[in-house]
Amino acid sequence: MTGTRDDEAGLLAIAERVVAMAAPGEAIEAVVVHERETEVRAYEGEIESLTSAESRGIGVRVVRDGRQGFAYAGTLDADALIEVLGEARDNVEFATPDEHCAVAEPDGVPVADLDLYRSALVAHPTEAKVAMALELERLTRSADPRISGVESAEYGDSTSASAVATTTGIRATSRETGCFLSAYALAEQDGETQTGFGFSLGREPGDLDVATAAAQAAERSTRMLGSVKPASGRIAVVLDPWVSAQFLGIVAGTLNGESVQKGRSLFADRLGDEVASPLLTLVDDPTDPAATSATATDGEGLATRRNVLVSGGRLERFVHNSETARRAGTTSTGSAVRGYSSTPGVGVRAVSIRGGDRTPAELVAGIDDGVLVQGVSGLHSGVNPVSGDFSTGAEGLRIRGGELAEPIREFTIASTIQKMLTDLVAIGDDVQWLPMRAAGVTLVFGELTVSGV
Amino acid sequence: MMADGNGSSGIADTGSLETGLLDAGLLADTLSVAMATGGEFAEVFVEDRRSTSAVLDDGRIEELSSGRDRGAGIRVVVGETTGFAHTADLSQAGLRNAAEAASAAARSGGGGVREVTLDGPSGPSSAVIGVLPADVPKARKVALLERADAAARSADGAISQVSARYGDSQRRIQVANSEGLLTGDRQIRTFFSVSCVASGDTGLQTGRESVGHTVGFELFDRVDVDDLARRAAGRAITKLGSVPAPSGEMPVVVGPGGGGVLFHEACGHGLEADLVAKSASVFAGRRGEMVATPTVSLIDDGTMAGEWGCFAIDDEGRPAQRNVLIEDGVLTDYMWDRLRARKEGREGSGNGRRQSYRHLPMVRMTNTYLEGGLDDPEEIVAGTDHGVYVAQLGGGQVNTATGDFVFGMTEAYLIEDGRLTAPIREGNLIGNGPEALLAIDAIAGDFAMGSPGTCGKDGQGVPVGDGTPTLRVSRLTVGGTAA
Repeated sequence: MTGTRDDEAGLLAIAERVVAMAAPGEAIEAVVVHERETEVRAYEGEIESLTSAESRGIGVRVVRDGRQGFAYAGTLDADALIEVLGEARDNVEFATPDEHCAVAEPDGVPVADLDLYRSALVAHPTEAKVAMALELERLTRSADPRISGVESAEYGDSTSASAVATTTGIRATSRETGCFLSAYALAEQDGETQTGFGFSLGREPGDLDVATAAAQAAERSTRMLGSVKPASGRIAVVLDPWVSAQFLGIVAGTLNGESVQKGRSLFADRLGDEVASPLLTLVDDPTDPAATSATATDGEGLATRRNVLVSGGRLERFVHNSETARRAGTTSTGSAVRGYSSTPGVGVRAVSIRGGDRTPAELVAGIDDGVLVQGVSGLHSGVNPVSGDFSTGAEGLRIRGGELAEPIREFTIASTIQKMLTDLVAIGDDVQWLPMRAAGVTLVFGELTVSGV
Repeated sequence: MMADGNGSSGIADTGSLETGLLDAGLLADTLSVAMATGGEFAEVFVEDRRSTSAVLDDGRIEELSSGRDRGAGIRVVVGETTGFAHTADLSQAGLRNAAEAASAAARSGGGGVREVTLDGPSGPSSAVIGVLPADVPKARKVALLERADAAARSADGAISQVSARYGDSQRRIQVANSEGLLTGDRQIRTFFSVSCVASGDTGLQTGRESVGHTVGFELFDRVDVDDLARRAAGRAITKLGSVPAPSGEMPVVVGPGGGGVLFHEACGHGLEADLVAKSASVFAGRRGEMVATPTVSLIDDGTMAGEWGCFAIDDEGRPAQRNVLIEDGVLTDYMWDRLRARKEGREGSGNGRRQSYRHLPMVRMTNTYLEGGLDDPEEIVAGTDHGVYVAQLGGGQVNTATGDFVFGMTEAYLIEDGRLTAPIREGNLIGNGPEALLAIDAIAGDFAMGSPGTCGKDGQGVPVGDGTPTLRVSRLTVGGTAA
């Protein structure tokens, strides 16, 4: 049963209690969260596992004389609060003084009303969640005769609430619900196995579409059957929305104030410059409720807001939390990101690109020789956001004479982030929010290096 | 057994069996509640984790952070279904609620009360720790960061940024199950890393070095952070002069210690019994077959004292063991957790691990390594006309069903006419596991363990180690941009 301490008011009261213990000359920021999760996994017509989880946690930052100390605990028990505050205080004395180190101050920007919480999810019975997972597994298995198995079929949901309080007067709360279906299918033909995933996302179970998730998993796995390794060369590359969202997330990740100030952004000295094709307009807007990662307040309790990062190819803005903003002599863009177990970092949350006016099929029709990339691997190991080197494992389809041709796999695509932005030649009309910090859209690059045979 | 006589943390710092988190009677009661409505198996996993991390960046000690996480995860198995619940409330009422939730989740079948009796504590002793990090003054930990910063900056004028991280953790666990098992472990890990940025005419380059072991603060008796910092700096500086990586298939030589990630991805994950059982691995049904060059012997060993992926017991209470996965090229066995071993009617292999008490255990690697061979490392390079030498690998990723895998190269060189020449820019290599194992055509005797890693699977991260001698794969696809 949810006790009153787990709603936003209860969490805020706990944060305020910690903040009220501030000694003279001491600033305190307390972040308190509560989360419930359900996860149901189906396998071969049975429930493989059912997890019901409830977590609570608190993170406390103490700042004194320009130095900060931090501590966290995965519990909200009264004795733990005292221990965490004590540890955070104790940690202060080891930090190097920094005039810009401080907790955030209220900035008067109104908090958007995003309505991210659905009581329908909270009331949804476990049996119905179980039934949905079983149905997803059944539909995925029967979607195509070449489906040989379903490695995982899962229903998951979460309900979370959080509160931030500071000695400087910030009082912020938020709550949200979310749920998903995901299926991972195995397709087999002539002794060859291929895999593909499908998913559906929503704020409440009624938003979920079992049939689409199952069909997508089946389609993604079967389309790779008979795939071959392509020849190496420089050709036009089309990224599908699933892949472009990951690429845009990396690009936007380089545009944060902390990386810039610490000399770790390849765009550090480029504000106001043309850094990309004039087609590119890139916006970070966590107040768009359609974004999976939408949120009305940031990790320091300030209102999130719409930030234009790149406009018509021109670099307009870096995002900031309150500390990097002070260091840059500007104001926070509401872009503090964190969990309760860490101090606020800086980052984008909901990046999207302005869509073009042609469909993906029309874009492919205009390409004589190229590849359509539908999946990537090793973005964490082959992309260096400091140097800009970009190299990733890929799979997808060949494009010949404006038509999609044979499936291809076990190749890489490579360039640099800087060059890719200027090599962007077309953007599709299919902008869509995906379960990550950026929306996806079909992107066409004039020339990238494909490494295969 | 030894004690270092420094007991100020209040924790028994001997190597004795760690079963002291929760009382045996309370655990037995909780298991009885979990089994009250039927089921074949119930387990309580208790964890108490304390951690410290300190970060230096941009010349400043930015923060020192302390963390505490404590709770219990309870699972109940009924038929094919596992029910799981966890709680941070370790009182009798909190454990009872979680046990009931796990039991209900597993679809209660029969009825009546099942009494669970726990045997006396059993299992191997926890590793003996020289100096508990909790007993080391915070100022000493911070001082290491400042030394590393100074060493990296003085290594070369082109070093424009340095960040360094110190981390230690103490993880105490206790496992009790309905078969009467009661056991525990205390795992201490200590970690240090340095990342540098070098600036030049060619832009920015990065270099990183890290060290991590399942030991206490005595790690720094044998690891010189100045040296670690200079190596990280040197790596970034070297790369300022790098040329674009080649593109296409060619021989790839991987240096000692650096190649563990290759095996972790090329076949390690594919030898995990949970993926094998679902036919989601290219290695399913291939036990007893020749899957690699006859010189390849691959081991997963959770008992390697002090290594990043070692422990006394796994997170299901089973003692760590050394498991031969591939012997002289033949696939000998997969890695197992309790659930999969039980279905096969065999013993587990000590590979049931979980990120924390909030997670269900599954099959995971520990320290995975390729045994040394007979070739000479210099001759391997000399015998390679044109290819790539990878001195340090980054992370990797694999699709176990197809066997396709990638791994990154964070320090690599061209091999031209049998000699290492220009450093090359970062990128991924791509290959197929079963094909790559058969394409290994040279293995040297210069075995070394690699850097500490975090292996991610199904959203859970666990510490793993790996190691290899110098080796050559006759053909892999290098994902660069140079024609």
